[in-house]
Amino acid sequence: MPQRIVIVGGGVGGTIVANIVSRALSTDQAEITVIDATGQHVYMPGWLYLPFNGHEGVELSHGERSLLNRHVELVFGSVTAIDTKNRELTVQRAPHTDYVGRQHVVTEAKYPYDFLVLGTGARLAPEDLPGLTEGDGAWHNFYSLEGALRLRTALHAFDGGRIVLAIGGIPYRCPPAPLEFVFLLEDWLAKRGIRSQTEIHYLYPLNRVFPIESVAEVATPLLEQRGIKYTTFFNTEEVDTEKKVVKSLEGEEIPYDLLVMVPPHRGARIIETSGLGDPQGWIPTHRDTLEVKGQERVFALGDATDLPVSKSGSAAHFEARVIASRLIAAVRGEEPNPKHTVYDGEVMCFLETGHNTATQLVFNYEHPPKPPRPSLFYHMEKQLFNRAYWHIVPQGLV
Amino acid sequence: MSEAVNIAVDKEIDARGSFCPGPLMELIRGIKTLPVGGTLAVLSSDPGSTKDIPAWIQKARHELIGAFPENGYTRFVARKAH
Repeated sequence: MPQRIVIVGGGVGGTIVANIVSRALSTDQAEITVIDATGQHVYMPGWLYLPFNGHEGVELSHGERSLLNRHVELVFGSVTAIDTKNRELTVQRAPHTDYVGRQHVVTEAKYPYDFLVLGTGARLAPEDLPGLTEGDGAWHNFYSLEGALRLRTALHAFDGGRIVLAIGGIPYRCPPAPLEFVFLLEDWLAKRGIRSQTEIHYLYPLNRVFPIESVAEVATPLLEQRGIKYTTFFNTEEVDTEKKVVKSLEGEEIPYDLLVMVPPHRGARIIETSGLGDPQGWIPTHRDTLEVKGQERVFALGDATDLPVSKSGSAAHFEARVIASRLIAAVRGEEPNPKHTVYDGEVMCFLETGHNTATQLVFNYEHPPKPPRPSLFYHMEKQLFNRAYWHIVPQGLV
Repeated sequence: MSEAVNIAVDKEIDARGSFCPGPLMELIRGIKTLPVGGTLAVLSSDPGSTKDIPAWIQKARHELIGAFPENGYTRFVARKAH
């Protein structure tokens, strides 16, 4: 009887696990199901470019079905309960048309599993920062498609003043994105001819502009050269959208005309309601094996975990290979592939620095990144990756 | 057994090998989810933490109970003060 592998979440991590495992195991060995609420696979890094119309040629989403191996079953639905004792999920299936064209209304179904992979991601939680819910519509973000589109409209109507970027909570997805945003913003304002009328102010919670010292050493002089003001040790405590100020727990108050927030993040609601997560909804996960702590036959990856690695598609990508290797070995009754037995904290990403330049960050638990000098080369590599993503990454080919 | 091992804490975060987001960000995250008076330990193998973590705790007006060197890492123990 085939082993039932159920993957919750059709993001980068879940999709790669499904594809690698389904290529390695026959349908007699494993029955693989991906449960996804929307059926759409989203390329979130593309949102960074949207406010500046810099995303031409970059596809922002794709139907998940077309990215999955044909042996993987895709279920459109929301998981409403996770019972790890009886190894069973309850799923509210969305209305859908099945493969022979039959229409289905909303139904509840049970999905028993032998192995469970949680790639449930992160969600934005503006309610966690005082002032954001009350001031809804009066601040901006590029951490959702709607947010990035609304920010684009606001920026195109902007004719000068003070633009402030602040971090609303920790952790947040893609740690380099706020820096990238201010670099791209400065470039775009210069091209529009309103740079001299605009002050850009970057507020960061740590004592430097980026968590990694070697990266901060590259970014800080660039911020200074471009005339981007920065304030460190700024942990946002409250936003007052009427007075147009952001306040920090360190006691500072910064005024703005246009505010771009990195909203607070949390884990998925189902992780909070199922009791599997910590107080912010992140799943306690073993940093090497990626097994969920205190559970059997349950793995977690990507933004959903509490691991001390960046919440990024890149981390999910490398984690997925480890989980896939462990699942294949478990089903076959073998030892995992020695190349991918444990996750070593590997992450590889780019940092756009504006004016057609970028640098690259490659690191793991043992080795910090040594970012090269920003150049056109890495910018082009990132642009190439933005386009090649759909053809190589979800399939697990790289 | 070192002194640090004897200090019981409400939460412990193993941030050894964390470069991004890094031990200080893990500490800030941990402090935010603690009740006032709660204690947190963060393990860091980053030498920069010996400067960064006490500096942030002081700036944010929390309490650093101690920084205890272990084998290849430091265990920082902090209390949420407000």
